[in-house]
Amino acid sequence: MSSSTINKPDAGDKLKKQKMQHSDRVKAERRMGWYLAGPAFVVMLMVTLYPILQAFFESLFAFRLTAPDEREFIWFANYITILSDSVWWQGLLVTVLITVITVAVELVLGFALALVMSKALKSLKGILRTAILVPYGIITVVSAYAWFYAFDINSGYVNAWFDWVPGIDSDLNWFAQTGTSLFVIMASEIWKTTPFISLLLLAGLAQVPDELTEAAKVDGATWWEQMRKVVIPNMKAAIMVAVLFRALDAFRIFDNVFIMTNGENNTEVLSLLAYRTSISRLEIGLGSAVSVLLFLCVILISFAAIKIFKVDLAGTRGEKK
Amino acid sequence: MPNRRGKIHPVRSRPKAAAVATLAIGTMLLTGCGPAESVTTLTWYINPDAGGQAAIAASCTEEADGAYRIETSLLPTDAAAQREQLARRLAAGDTSMDIMSIDPPFIPELAEPGFLAPIPEDSVDVFTENVLEGALAGATWKEELVTVPFWANTQILWYRESVAEAAGLDMSQPVTWDQLIEAATEQDKLLGVQGSPAESMTVWINALVESAGGQILENPEAPADELQLGLTSEAGQEAARIIATIGTEGLGGPGLPTSTENTSLTLFQGDDGSFMVNYPFVWPATLGAVEAGSIDQSVVDDIGWALFPAVTEGEDTAPPLGGINLGVGAASDNPDLAYEAIECIVQPENQTEYFITNGNPPSNSEAYDDPAIEEDFPMATTIRDSLELAAPRPQTPFYNEISTGLQQEWSPPNEVDPDQTPEQSQEFITAVLRGERLL
Repeated sequence: MSSSTINKPDAGDKLKKQKMQHSDRVKAERRMGWYLAGPAFVVMLMVTLYPILQAFFESLFAFRLTAPDEREFIWFANYITILSDSVWWQGLLVTVLITVITVAVELVLGFALALVMSKALKSLKGILRTAILVPYGIITVVSAYAWFYAFDINSGYVNAWFDWVPGIDSDLNWFAQTGTSLFVIMASEIWKTTPFISLLLLAGLAQVPDELTEAAKVDGATWWEQMRKVVIPNMKAAIMVAVLFRALDAFRIFDNVFIMTNGENNTEVLSLLAYRTSISRLEIGLGSAVSVLLFLCVILISFAAIKIFKVDLAGTRGEKK
Repeated sequence: MPNRRGKIHPVRSRPKAAAVATLAIGTMLLTGCGPAESVTTLTWYINPDAGGQAAIAASCTEEADGAYRIETSLLPTDAAAQREQLARRLAAGDTSMDIMSIDPPFIPELAEPGFLAPIPEDSVDVFTENVLEGALAGATWKEELVTVPFWANTQILWYRESVAEAAGLDMSQPVTWDQLIEAATEQDKLLGVQGSPAESMTVWINALVESAGGQILENPEAPADELQLGLTSEAGQEAARIIATIGTEGLGGPGLPTSTENTSLTLFQGDDGSFMVNYPFVWPATLGAVEAGSIDQSVVDDIGWALFPAVTEGEDTAPPLGGINLGVGAASDNPDLAYEAIECIVQPENQTEYFITNGNPPSNSEAYDDPAIEEDFPMATTIRDSLELAAPRPQTPFYNEISTGLQQEWSPPNEVDPDQTPEQSQEFITAVLRGERLL
């Protein structure tokens, strides 16, 4: 609506003038911003940039912690070993599979929960939000153990409760096959983090002005049309931020896999591969190279989300450009 | 009024609280911290147990009469995590690593880079006297004693007398895996073995290969890229055949791919139980279960024990070897004092007491002489005999690679193929050791 006025030449000049006038204030604000955020920024650089550089440096060596004298500079040989190994690609495949499925399911469930929370009666809202947030408040390791014991063939109750479902009986060992193991891992992940995504979406829902949905209602739009044409397009920024955050989180999945299968039956994910190489095998060089590659994957996802899908991180705070 | 009272009360009590706190701190300074500073404190990194190591630490501290004080520090629960912590601390030159409880397979990895302080020459005889053969083998690296055997573990064969009798087996004579497989198949029973891709799997594979007269590693002292594996030998194939038979015929039950020492015990105690290879902890655990009412006394009455099954009839068995050895960190500030303390810790009397209270068998044959042991562990003689025959797992600084590689390639048991698995796993582990593959 405002584009026609902005396009007028006199209005454009006015805007430029305004910008000129405000430049001093903007500069002062920016300086203030740096003063406030600067110390935190420096600390962040120290605790994140330094380890990243150190990991990259170590990744150029053949170095085993228990053989310190045999440390040898080998350029990018570790990267070649990793990228030419099926273990890495298998791990990447499993990680991507877990990321795509869990984020997709969480998005749908999270949206449904966000709708429930926003539409619920005022008296119920508090209880509802607390109940929905409970899984998110549980430590991942604890929830992983809870899910593991529930499905375990010796101590679990799932086989007994769901033996009427085709394919489930008392002899089903969930953690002995790839498919069933991944199912439990993903189910646990979804249960645990859907509340987080629903919270982000709830914030997005709150940003959609009621007038818009009411106007659509008056125009005779069905509930589904309101959602598709009014609500969802208006909360695109919140959805994309939720997807980006969760995708980055899901890509780094570790706890559930570590506790439930420890990567057996082809369920190994990249974080676990990095952990096992650096911490269990004590191969610091090779493990650092895996970590650096994992880091590059995360950067790639962020870059793709921000540049290709145009995720507007400021948009969720209402600072529309 | 209530508000006033509420406010006045804490004000009144504050000086009292301050006085108590000052007194407490003063007392601590005067008593607790004061004299302790003059006594050298040795830190003993212990694996979790039922409190036995802490009790020994306390009694040796008392015995030392001020020469040293032993403080215990708890390591993580599983053996692999214990190794990780010890290796990291030792590599960083942690000076607090005075005494460490170490799982034998990880000793070469710590001894090779010089992370362990050498044992004083005049103490070697003291530490090896009357020590059982198997335990001693696990304490050495490159023919040199690098750690002190403390307690030694081994697996024996536990069986249900009713099942053995029905199968017509004479359990006073050595039995073979094939006999057990046959007996379980005929009576539709399950065998208690550990098929989970964990350390217990390597323990099982190693015992089978060694019992069949082979070795997983032909040249354990060679550098990583020259290590030769013996999995493709006849012994390796025989081991694969036994595991594959149990796996494919469902003799381990549906839980076999994830079964550990504890889950196989539960299986053994149940109606389908027949034979089980497991550690001596089984006995106190079963008695405890009877006491708790979760199993019937008749189950205990039906349990018998014998040596670990042989692979070939007429050949000796080579049971698994476990346990804990004591090592001293090379960076420790007090290595001599630490070895002095170890001399106290491993005394036969302490080992006897540790066996009775914690169920961990002694590494010293003299410790078995106490009649109290026979009372609590009627299978003590079998355990001692088993320890004489026990074969350690591959002793190499690259044990972790070999063990993890085996676990990955030989599990689940129903997918083991005697014609392919030994060869595939040998190729894979060799490539990992040469740095050509990820694990």
